[in-house]
Amino acid sequence: MLRVIVRRLLQLVVTLIALSALVFVWLRNLPGGPIEALLGERATPERRALLVKALGYDQPILVQYAKFMQRLLTGDFGNSIRSGDPVTEVIGRAFPATIELGLAAMIIAVGLGVPLGYLAARWRGRSLDNLTIAGTLLGISIPIFFLGYLLKDIFTQNIHWFPPSGRLTTGLDNTNVTGFYVLDGLLTREFDASADALWHLILPAVTLATIPLAVIVRITRASVLDVLNEDYVRTAEAKGLRHRTIRGRHILRNALLPVVTIIGLQTGALLSGAVLTEKVYNWGGIGTLIVDSISGGRDYPVLQAIILLAALVFVVVNLLVDLSYAFIDPRVRVR
Amino acid sequence: MTDPTTQAGAPAPAPRAGDERPGGVRERSIGRLGERKKARLEELAQASAEKGGVSLLRDALRRLRRNPVAIVGGTIVGLFILVAVFAPLIAPHDPVQRFAELTKTLTVDNIPGASAEHPLGSDPLGRDFLSRLIHGSRQTLFVGVLATLIGLALGVLLGVLAGAFGGWVDVVLMRLTDVMLALPSLLLAITLVAMVSKSSQWTVIFAVAIVNVPIFARLLRGSMLAQRESDHVLAARALGVKERNIVLRHMLPNSLTAVIVQATLTFAVAILDAAALSFLGLGDPDINRAEWGLMLGNDGVRYFEVRPELAYYPALAIVVVALGFTLLGEAMREAIDPKNRR
Repeated sequence: MLRVIVRRLLQLVVTLIALSALVFVWLRNLPGGPIEALLGERATPERRALLVKALGYDQPILVQYAKFMQRLLTGDFGNSIRSGDPVTEVIGRAFPATIELGLAAMIIAVGLGVPLGYLAARWRGRSLDNLTIAGTLLGISIPIFFLGYLLKDIFTQNIHWFPPSGRLTTGLDNTNVTGFYVLDGLLTREFDASADALWHLILPAVTLATIPLAVIVRITRASVLDVLNEDYVRTAEAKGLRHRTIRGRHILRNALLPVVTIIGLQTGALLSGAVLTEKVYNWGGIGTLIVDSISGGRDYPVLQAIILLAALVFVVVNLLVDLSYAFIDPRVRVR
Repeated sequence: MTDPTTQAGAPAPAPRAGDERPGGVRERSIGRLGERKKARLEELAQASAEKGGVSLLRDALRRLRRNPVAIVGGTIVGLFILVAVFAPLIAPHDPVQRFAELTKTLTVDNIPGASAEHPLGSDPLGRDFLSRLIHGSRQTLFVGVLATLIGLALGVLLGVLAGAFGGWVDVVLMRLTDVMLALPSLLLAITLVAMVSKSSQWTVIFAVAIVNVPIFARLLRGSMLAQRESDHVLAARALGVKERNIVLRHMLPNSLTAVIVQATLTFAVAILDAAALSFLGLGDPDINRAEWGLMLGNDGVRYFEVRPELAYYPALAIVVVALGFTLLGEAMREAIDPKNRR
């Protein structure tokens, strides 16, 4: 097991280093070059020469790469071109918003998806099953930003159940502790702020949850159907075990393994979806930051940091998922 | 094991020029084979491989025809392609022409609705919306097909190289796909578009295509690896078929069904991704282009509160077509799954 962990960690490090090298090359080969990106229209030969020297672009490429890596490892991503603030600060402000949204979406997707998939498998071919399958197909075929606008139109314009955008009602004061607004409200006992944040969270979370939900339902259903035909399930039934025990111990536990992998892979779909969802609901997280960093003149230091951060989150989550197998499936531990 | 062909008695002819590596084991064993016999055996190996492929395919097609899911998916896809091909004949008007009767009353808050001449009303620039929607099928098909084909071609190339050569080629290529897969798909597409200074229809197509490269590459590699030690490949190798021909004639055709299924599913994802890029302002900047993703991502959401139909129709078109391709792809996957063979 330890050897597996070490090997996976090494692979992860190699992937991230390769990605950082690509990002480095990418930044150096920007249209017009990184200097132009920084200076924009103010580029005069003197300014350019000054900046080339200041940024060390006159040094050999390998030296530059070494310095680039050194800065990355010490957490120095430079300053945002747009605001001039350190990139780590810019991202630090936006990151909790996206995590909060992503977690809420995942809770909806798993909390609804696993039971639905299980029920669909149990009543295979019945109306619940057919309805569920139709729903999942629709879920993966609809552009999620359009779904966002649709939900927003229905639930904020026609029936005023939810607020149309943002993370908090303007004017409402909340104490910022962690940046997770729902949690902050609980920590500081400002329960009204917590409730308000939760109220703002629901529509975006539902929108973002659509695709992971559809995928999780399908995988759970397929996986449960596979397990239902296994000999050990028949044996358990023949032994006269209680149905609850069979369902919990034999069916669900075995069926969940592929589901756990998919949950890990859905982190990617969540990050992609967050870019779209955040734009629809003006959420102010990483997704909004990406869009702003591209459309408002390309803010390369910020983009570069986001790319690396997203990749880091994605590969680490998938590593954790792989390792969690050992706890679910003893067979993996032996190997 | 004795070699039955040694009894043929024919004098060993010189191997065809460039056929074998000089002095290898292969040359010696082939050298003993009669040229005619060798050709015959090769023909047999080829025929048996093809026969297997054809009957499998016929079997899959038979199951496909009986599957209602495949019929629904196939009908949608077929209609979509028909509309795309005959768009100029179906559409009542030119999709880029601005009509005076529409622009006359057109403001940001008032986009003319349905009339006898313009059944779905106007778009924000006074063009016939129905005609744009019909012509949109063409551009959507174009973007989807090209993005899928480019992704497929690059992915298949990488996958074949990795699977056929193994060793360090495999390691390097698979690490490359790891890096591409380490970025969530839309982020990768955004990164690619952000690399160029000006987006165009081609940047969108390429960005969407590249995202699918690692998926095709891994699919092909897996299939190649699985076949490397299979009987028909071993037989071909024993006969001294060139390594290149083993890969191209004996291994690749067996992977094609899986590739076609994946391509069908990819098409749906490609048009959704293209729409997402348009929505993020990274799409095709050509205001004359009628493509569903563009229509939905730009005007559709911009004028959602004024005239939601501008979003509803292209969205509906995208959903139906994406659904059609997904249904067809899944039915095909089910049909070629050996578990379902009878």
